[in-house]
Amino acid sequence: MTTLTNQEETITLDTFTRGLWKENPVFVMLLGLCPVLAVTNTTMNAIAMGLATLFVLVASSTLVSLLRKLIPKQVRIASYIIIIATFVTMVDYLIQSISLDLYNALGAFIQLIVVNCVILGRAEAYASKQKVSTAIINALGMGVGFTIALLCLGVTRELLGAGTILGFQVFSTSFEPWIVMILPPGGFFVLGSWLLLFEYIKQRKQQTHLNVTGVVEHGS
Amino acid sequence: MNHSDMTLVQPVMPQSKQLQPQTPSFAMIQTLAGIAMLSGFLVVLVYQVTKPIIAENKRLAIEKAISVVLSDVSAKRDYFLGDEGLVLFDAGQQSPSFSGEKIYAAYDDKDELRGVALEAAATGYQDVIRILYGYDPSCQCVTGIKVLKMAETPGLGDKIAFDADFLENFIALDAQLNVNLGGLQNEIVTVKHGAKTEPWQIDAISGATISSNAIGKMINQSGQKVIPLINKHLNELKHPEKEPGKTSETNPEATPETKE
Repeated sequence: MTTLTNQEETITLDTFTRGLWKENPVFVMLLGLCPVLAVTNTTMNAIAMGLATLFVLVASSTLVSLLRKLIPKQVRIASYIIIIATFVTMVDYLIQSISLDLYNALGAFIQLIVVNCVILGRAEAYASKQKVSTAIINALGMGVGFTIALLCLGVTRELLGAGTILGFQVFSTSFEPWIVMILPPGGFFVLGSWLLLFEYIKQRKQQTHLNVTGVVEHGS
Repeated sequence: MNHSDMTLVQPVMPQSKQLQPQTPSFAMIQTLAGIAMLSGFLVVLVYQVTKPIIAENKRLAIEKAISVVLSDVSAKRDYFLGDEGLVLFDAGQQSPSFSGEKIYAAYDDKDELRGVALEAAATGYQDVIRILYGYDPSCQCVTGIKVLKMAETPGLGDKIAFDADFLENFIALDAQLNVNLGGLQNEIVTVKHGAKTEPWQIDAISGATISSNAIGKMINQSGQKVIPLINKHLNELKHPEKEPGKTSETNPEATPETKE
């Protein structure tokens, strides 16, 4: 679904908002689902994972874009992986220094950001062909879109699975938590429900558009 | 915004001198080496900056755990305890040549020994569970546990970390030494939920039997081995040579929490 542009594009609002809605990495492109399913059992984990990915995405896109004229195409993937791994290692240490509890909760998924295809995909398909400023703004949009998606799952799963949000009791204590929501299957249920909602909204929009203009527009 | 169209054009290489079809190997090596050096520099930089903060975090986490398993703690000393003796443990110095365990001796504000915190581990339902437990030599009992690391099922096995009824088992869990001081008088065991009759038994959580059993097993294993050694070196622990630099204040704000 990624737009493969060969020309350098000018910065528009769309450069940023594309990642939020039209090309949302999780809900539209279905990329990077491993952390989406694994660490969204609480809101806090979802926020931390989202921000860590956002940082790696923006930093690696910036560096890839800066070095795009210096990297020979034969070694580009290797170079991107080194760049991404560098920033992931930095995030790893930073999270340890911020909170050990958080670090233990996220477990191996911090290190696994290296192989998150959202990041490599952005580096290869976008940042390596665009000006630094455009690449940063697009990466920011994608990162925020990824974080929002993780939040959507995290809030739903924590609310239903524990009756709390960010540890604060929301439902009364007589609420019997749906433990399955915190377990791995709950991740699939909640992701499926969100995808259903997104698809429904998209269809509705298309239908309205069709009713108004009588023309079917693809890919919108 | 025309560029949002889904034009799936083959990606063409940007026009650039380095990206001609015949890239000399030297350029590739140069690029990779350059990026690797930059990467190394950044990682080392962050590592150096965060190293003291991470060490401090780990120290605080241990001290917080100690204040959960033992009460009225205001100072601690780290020791290395093995068959061959008791050695004061210093972060900078390498561990002694003999094999043994790291123990934390905790003292109150009058420098009286409050107890010893020990680490124990055993395989739970998913992965190894690691706990810290407190042993009080004056009552010869376990005074509390704190789960340091686990991957038990949320909602079931992970209750071992915060279930109030379960944690009550460890407030005064009997760990008396037997007559020849070589082991525990009574083996610490986990019994079925509601079947606890003796002070050395642990009442399991129903629905989390495997995790509860693991806790009982690890305390028993560690206790059988280490508690006789603690008893042997009790005087050294009670009256350590005064070395002001070796003590560290625990955080007075650290209230006993059993949060997950």
